[in-house]
This record gives sequence, C-alpha cells and structure tokens, in this order.
Amino acid sequence: MDRIMNFFASPAMKIVLIAAGILFPLVATSEYQIYVMALAFIWAIAVYGLNIITGYCGQLNLAHGGFFAIGAYAVGLLTVDYGWAFWPAFIAAGVIGAFLGFLVGVVSLRLKEHYFAIFTLCVGFIIFLLIEKWEEVTHGTLGVISIAPPEGFGLVDFTETIPFYYLVLFFLVLAIWLISRISRSLVGRTFLAIRISDDLAQSLGINLMRNKVLAFVLSTTYAGLAGALLAGVVRFIGPDLAEITHTFDVITYLLVGGIGTLMGPLVGTLLITWITQAVQSFEEYRMIVFGPLLVLLVIFMPRGIVGTFLTWRGRRLASRAPAKHSASRVEKKKNQEEAGTHG
Amino acid sequence: MDVFLQQALNGLTLGSIYGLVALGLTLVYGILHVPNFAHGALYMVGAYVSYFIMVEHGLNYWVAMAGAGIVVAALSVLCERLVFHPLRHSPPIHDKIAAIGILLFLEAVVQMHWGADFRRMPTPYTEIYHFGSLTLPAQRLLIIIGAFSLMGALHLYLKKTMTGSTIIAMAQNREGAFLVGIDANRVAMMTFAIAGFLAAVGATLFAPINLVYPAMGHLVIMKAFVIIILGGMGSIPGAIVGGLIIGFAEALGGYYLSGTYKDLIAFVLLVAILSIKPTGLFSKGVR
Repeated sequence: MDRIMNFFASPAMKIVLIAAGILFPLVATSEYQIYVMALAFIWAIAVYGLNIITGYCGQLNLAHGGFFAIGAYAVGLLTVDYGWAFWPAFIAAGVIGAFLGFLVGVVSLRLKEHYFAIFTLCVGFIIFLLIEKWEEVTHGTLGVISIAPPEGFGLVDFTETIPFYYLVLFFLVLAIWLISRISRSLVGRTFLAIRISDDLAQSLGINLMRNKVLAFVLSTTYAGLAGALLAGVVRFIGPDLAEITHTFDVITYLLVGGIGTLMGPLVGTLLITWITQAVQSFEEYRMIVFGPLLVLLVIFMPRGIVGTFLTWRGRRLASRAPAKHSASRVEKKKNQEEAGTHG
Repeated sequence: MDVFLQQALNGLTLGSIYGLVALGLTLVYGILHVPNFAHGALYMVGAYVSYFIMVEHGLNYWVAMAGAGIVVAALSVLCERLVFHPLRHSPPIHDKIAAIGILLFLEAVVQMHWGADFRRMPTPYTEIYHFGSLTLPAQRLLIIIGAFSLMGALHLYLKKTMTGSTIIAMAQNREGAFLVGIDANRVAMMTFAIAGFLAAVGATLFAPINLVYPAMGHLVIMKAFVIIILGGMGSIPGAIVGGLIIGFAEALGGYYLSGTYKDLIAFVLLVAILSIKPTGLFSKGVR
C-alpha cells in the first residue's frame, strides 16, 4: 500500500503520465475518444491558468471563461477576417489574453475578496455581451466559422485528430512544467504567501499589487492560449463560449481535482470529462449533479482529490517515522506540499 | 420632456424591482458576509413557482405571489441550514463556490422540469392609465407601489420589532450581538427567509412585463451586486438608492445612448466606480 502511495508522489509518476499520454491514441478504441481527450487537455490548460490566480494566489476569478473565449475569438477573427495564419494568430491570442488580463488586473486586483469576485463576474459578463452584441467585429450570434487549422509546415496535418492530439499534449506538458517551475520558485512562494494573508505578505515586504497582477496575467495568458487551441480544433465558435457556465465548469474541474495543487487541474478535468462522456444524455443536465457536488466538495473535501491524497499521505508518513532522522527530509518535503495544498 | 418623464417612470419600475432583489442580497451579506450568488436563482425559482400556481393551476395572482414567497423563503432557509451554516468557519472562497453550486443546481432542476423556453405570465391588471401624455400600465404601477410598500414594511419590521432589531444588531456587531444573547442561527434563518421572500415577490411582480426562463436570474443578480457595491455592502438604504440609480441609468441610457448595449450600462458603471473608489460609493471605514 505504502509503495503504491509513494509511487504516486514520486518523480517516476511524471514519466508514467507522459507515457500514458503518448500511448493513449494506441489504446483508444475510436477517433472520437482521442478527440474528447484532446478537448479535455485544452480545458485542463485553462484550469491550470485558473489555478494560478485562484489556487495559488487565492483570488476567485469569475471571468476566466471570458478570457478563454477571447483567446478563441482572437484566433477565429484574425484567421477568418484578416487572413492571418494560425500560428501568428495563436501567439496573438496569448498576447491579447495577457494584455487584457493586465488591464483588468490592474483595476480589479485593488479590490479584496468579495469585491474582486463580483467585479470579475461582471467583467465576464461584459465580455459575453460584447461578443454577442458587437456584430461588426465578432459576427454576433452567428459565430465564426471555418477557422484556419494550425499549419503543420508540410510535416504533419493538424486537421487530423491524432496529430492535433499530440500537439495539445505537447502544450499541456509544457503548461504543467511551467507551473511546476513557478510554484517552486520564489514567485510561486510569494503567491502562496498572498493567499494565506494579504497583510502578512505585505509586512514581509511583498509588493501585493505587482505579484497579484503577475498571477492574473499568467492565468489569462493560459486561458487565451487554451481558447486559441480550442478554436484550432473545433474551428467553429459562437458567443456561448463566453457564457458564465464555462467559468463554472472550470471551477468544478479545479475543485474536484484539488485547488492549489499541481496535478489537481489535470485529475479533475479528465475525471469529469470522462464521467460526462460516459453518460451522454447527462450532458445537458450535468449541473443537477455538478451543483450539489460542488457544495459537498467544498464542505467535506475542500482540497479535492489530489489535495486530500497529499494530506492523507503526509499524515501517514508523519505517524510512521516521527523520530527518525532520515524522515526529516521527507517531512520537510511533505510540509512544503502541505503548504501548497492548504485551501 | 415627455419622453424623459416616460423613461424616468420606466426607470422607477426597474429600480424598484432591482431594489427588492438587492435588499435581500444586502441583508444576507450584512449578517453572514457571504455574497450569495444563488440569490438570482431564488429569484428565478420564485417566478416559476408563481407561474406554476397561476398559469398551470389557474389560481389567483395574489395567491401565486404568496405561495412563491413562502416556497422560496423555505428554500432559502434550507440553503442556509444545509450549505452556508456548515461553511461558516471556512475561508471566504468556499462560500462563494458553494453558492455557485446552489445556483447551478436550481437552474438545472428548473430547466429539466420546464425546459429552456421563454414563457409569458399574464397579469390580471391590464388597464393602462393616462396622465397627460404619460402612459402607465397598471402592472407597472403595481410594481412601484408593491415594491415600495414592501420596503416600508421591511423598514418597520427591522426598526420596530424585537426580531428585526436582532438582525440589525448582528449586522452591526457580531460578537456584541452574541454577548447580549442573540441566537445567531435564528437570525441567520430569519434573514435568509426574508431575502428569499423579497426575491420571489420581486420576481412575481416583474414577470408579467418580462419573460420567465431559467436564465432570467443572471442579469438581475449581477445588477443587484452592482447595486449593493454602489450602495455599500450590507447597507439597506444603500440598496434602495442604488437600485433606483441603476434603474434610471438603464432606462435613460437605453433610450438616449443605445438600446443594444443597455444591459452593459450597469456593469460599466460598476467598473468605473470601483476603479475610482475600490470600496464602493457609500461604504464606511474598513476596507
């Protein structure tokens, strides 16, 4: 039991996960499954973005779906209306996401807690209304059709599902790697300090505004790029992409997996995507289950699956070898993880 | 000038509904410091219960209103007991997420039972009054009178009765309220019941000149949030004044500026206000 447990937390797990990601198309029984997996990866990237500002930095951002839609629309409009190729548009989507994130962040992050959540809720709604009503630019309710797929430079054809799957997998691994670097760096620790206490962080000499804006810009960039990838695979987008339900979906994924943990976003997104897929007719009424699930999780398991696992493992390790010298290193590591999972 | 007066009258109608919804929101915030994102869903459920009683069972409009008020008040208390009470010691982010969970659940349930169609709810009061060149449908008059008498009743209840005073006391100072022996559970349940009742009555008043559909609460709740930020979170007069400001801004802005973007006005106003004064217009002291 302990060996299995330790394995889940060991570095070898990363290799196993990446290998599983690479081998998935070989074991998948249909192309549709690969397609669903690719979509789940795209959403997971967006969830990683939300995890930076909400999980690590502790600010509930309710405009995340809006920024996702902005990324998708950036690619859609640039390729369809302005004749850009996909990759320049993809980069532009990241830049636009970052830039708008900066503008919104500078204004909204002066606000604390509830004010910030309500403000971003309104920002999300403004984004939705603008996309739906500003017909001259966004095509309104018609949406954007025949968006350019990512070009493969003659080597691969990304309109095929499997190459696209690997493309998305590549970006997902890159996204997770970047987050793991950030969360272990001084900047990541600073975000944690801000989540635990604004005042305490400030008294340590942390520049609150600068760090919060940095976290917010990172998160909206992730959302923008994820949206851009979605536009590249689905190649049709409508204003419903900016609806608040997508933000709520992303929050559910994050919470189920484990808010503020490294693997939580991936676990939550994959789990819920496949559960939803398993019960196809369930799609439309998923909120009847997701709603109470959110409530129950927040009450009984606020750290989600990954967070609960880490806490449980930490307790076991602590009770196993409290006095042993060699355990002190494990302990220290565990404490760091603990700090990272505290919701 | 006539057009202006007519639009002002429309603004007054809108503003009184927004005020009613915002009042419930601000009361709950005052007691529990929870921004109840589920409040809009309660408003929506209120409209559907009225629709159910009045259209599907053919009962009187006032019976429907009372029925909706009672059902939604009970539902609101249930939310407090089952969700917000167990979460009272959790970090604030948890309350918000739980409230979102309730919102999603209620919307999905309503949509499963009634579908996503837009429904029309008739009013028994179809007369149209004329004052000079102004026209005033009876239902709008009813909204204005109904909303303001409810606000008056709430004011009397809070100021003149013992139970009302306990709500005020707890909003002013939690620890102080405990010290003098106020039962926190009772006050919280009472507050949620009042908030739910106000939302349901507001919805029943507004439904005949609007439509009934599962997402009808979204805009209203977001505007109610704008209002209580405008008026200072937890402030009762602030909610009423804020409601009127937003109502007028929307009616006049929708006419003079742009009809397509009239729903944006409230949010742009909020963004502008919070950019200048991060704690809201009338909030006192503490950040």
